[in-house]
Formats: sequence, structure tokens, C-alpha cells
Amino acid sequence: MKKLQSTLPNMILSLGAITVLAGGLLGWIYSITKGPIEKQALAQQQAAIAEVAPPFNNSPEEEKWSTEIDGLTFTVYPARENGKLTGAAVKGMSMNGFAGEIIVMCGFMTDGTIKDYRVLQQAETPGLGTKMETWFRDPAGARSVIGKNPATTSFYVTKDSGGEIDGITAATISSRAFLETFRNAFRAYQEYEKKQVHE
Amino acid sequence: MKNYWKILYNGIIPGNPVFVLLLGMCATLGTTSTAYNGLMMGIATGVVLVCSNVVISLLKNLVPDKVRIPAYIVVIATFVTVLQLAVNAWLPSLNSSLGIFIPLIVVNCILLGRAEAFAGKNGLLPSLLDGIGTGIGFSIALVLLGGVREILGTGAIFGFHIFPEDYGMLLFILAPGAFIALGYLIAIVNKIRKTC
Repeated sequence: MKKLQSTLPNMILSLGAITVLAGGLLGWIYSITKGPIEKQALAQQQAAIAEVAPPFNNSPEEEKWSTEIDGLTFTVYPARENGKLTGAAVKGMSMNGFAGEIIVMCGFMTDGTIKDYRVLQQAETPGLGTKMETWFRDPAGARSVIGKNPATTSFYVTKDSGGEIDGITAATISSRAFLETFRNAFRAYQEYEKKQVHE
Repeated sequence: MKNYWKILYNGIIPGNPVFVLLLGMCATLGTTSTAYNGLMMGIATGVVLVCSNVVISLLKNLVPDKVRIPAYIVVIATFVTVLQLAVNAWLPSLNSSLGIFIPLIVVNCILLGRAEAFAGKNGLLPSLLDGIGTGIGFSIALVLLGGVREILGTGAIFGFHIFPEDYGMLLFILAPGAFIALGYLIAIVNKIRKTC
């Protein structure tokens, strides 16, 4: 077959046909992958809640409650055992990381003590800021945040005056953003608790 | 038959996209902080390259010369988007480690370069082999670079520690280390190519 000449109708037809085909293919692939992608995201979130929150037998996702702190949305997933609040998982974020947003699922006990956490999303420097998933649960020095309460412990890096948490070596910016997420998540949790009392 | 071997081999050493043609540097430097990430990026790019080469070699007579570049880009972008959706749906852990670099495969010069220089002029089988060869060459280059950076930076290779992480040179994890390591690798490859 001879190559098509570059006349206007040929060009329009050829490029038009290619884009229509490409669009059709993409639409089809999108419709197949949509379900699995949503399921993945939901499963990831549910797994994170189950891991960080205290024992519960309610459905934290159905009782979720959101608030805005410094312009960012914080979502509280309350954990209840037989109707009694045992704590919550709070999905918090910070825009002050080294690269992009940091999203952390923070688990609080009733009094605000941190039970556990999972970093859901971050784009920090590989080998430095990315260590946050393991660093802040390491019992060495004052690294760990687990078992500490933002109400009684100063959630700032030791480098900054008054801070009581050791930041990641060579990743102070990432550490500050990580701790900021916890401070704000704690505020969100307190707000939620207060609302519970009033109701 | 010998000719086909030559096409396959060409992308791996004489026309290696990273070490010889110096194409696709953004993805090369950005994703190679570990050998594993390099390998995954190499495979992802290779898959798109093979698909786009095959389709472009089939379409070449239906695309008038004056609109060939937009047509090629549409084909490449389609395959990249398909790959991104598939990775998102079925390999979420890979998605979180490669993140932004998967959509950026669209603007990787290797793809358009092979489409323009090879697939747009050759038949189906040679284009397929060229895609496979170039994909393998790109993957090898990325794994080498990622491996060097991972060993020097963290003391590990594919996650297995050879020496304690505390002795690693942080520089090699960061962008400047990528440039330095790439420079030395290119020098070594040039030396080997000259002596062969």
C-alpha cells in the first residue's frame, strides 16, 4: 500500500481516526480498571484504619467526620467498642514536606496517646525523608512517637527549641512536616471529642 | 536472520539509549535511586516502547508525513495511560514507588526517537525487535545506574545490605550523585566500546 499524501482531508481523516481509536481504547481500559482502583484505595484505607486504631467493632468509615485545620481537611474515623469511644484513626496531611503532600493515618487512644501510624502518601527524598514510616516507631533515643501524647509531649523536632522528638538525620524538613501532621491530627481528634460531649 | 539479531543487539550496546544516545535523561536520573526502581522503570518504558513501535509500524502508511509527529505522540500517550491505569489497578505498590514517572514516559525522547527513526520506516517484525532491544538496553542501563547509586548511597543492592547503611554516601541517593554515577558509567561504556 502506498503512503498517504499530505493533503488536508487525508491529514484530518488520519489524525481524527487515530485519536478516536485511542479515545475509545482509553475509555474501555478506564471502565475495566475503575473498579479495581477504587477497591485498592478503599482496601488500603481500611487496612490502615484497622492497623492504627484501637480495637473497635463499629464501622469507622460510616461514622467519619471531617474538619478543616489550616485550610487542610482532616478526617476522623472514630473507633468504638460496643458504642463506647476507644479512640480514632485520623487521616491528616501536611503541605510542608520536602516534596509534595504528606498524608498520614494517625491512631489515637481515647486520651490522645498515639497508638500507631501509617504513612499513606509521601514524595520525600528516597533514603532520607522516606524513612518516616520506620523512624518514628524506632525506640532508640527520642525518635518514637508511639505511646506519646501530643498534649503532654512537645511534638517538635529536638533541633527546634522545646522539641521532644528526634527528627530524621538529614531530613529535618520532612520530620517537621510529619510532626505537624500529628499536632493537627490531634487537634482534629480533640475537636471531635468535644463535639461528642456536647451532643 | 542475522539481520534481525543485529536489530535486537543494536538497542542494547551500540545504540544504547542511555549510555550512547543520551536520551530520556529525566526518567533515567529521576527513578534510579535504587536498582529495583530502575528495573521497574526500564520494564515499564520497554513495554510501552514495544507496543508503540508495533502500532506505529502498522500505521505508517496511513499517516501522512505532515501529521506523523502528533499521530505518534497520540499512540505513545495512549499506551502510557493504559499502563498507568493498569499499574494503578493491579500493582499499587509499584505505583507508589514510581509515581509521577509513569505518566512522564510520554515525553521520554526514546519513544518518539525510535518511532521516528525506526518504526516509521520499517515493517512489523524489525520494529518489534527494535522495541525489545531498546527496552532491554534501557532497562540494563537503569539497573546499572540504580545499582551503583544504591550500593554507594545505602550499602544495599535490591534491598540486600552489603555494608551498614550508616556508611553510605548520601550524595548518591540525591540528584548530583545520579549525574556523577552516570558520567562514570558512560565513560566506562565508551572505553569498553572502543576496545571491542
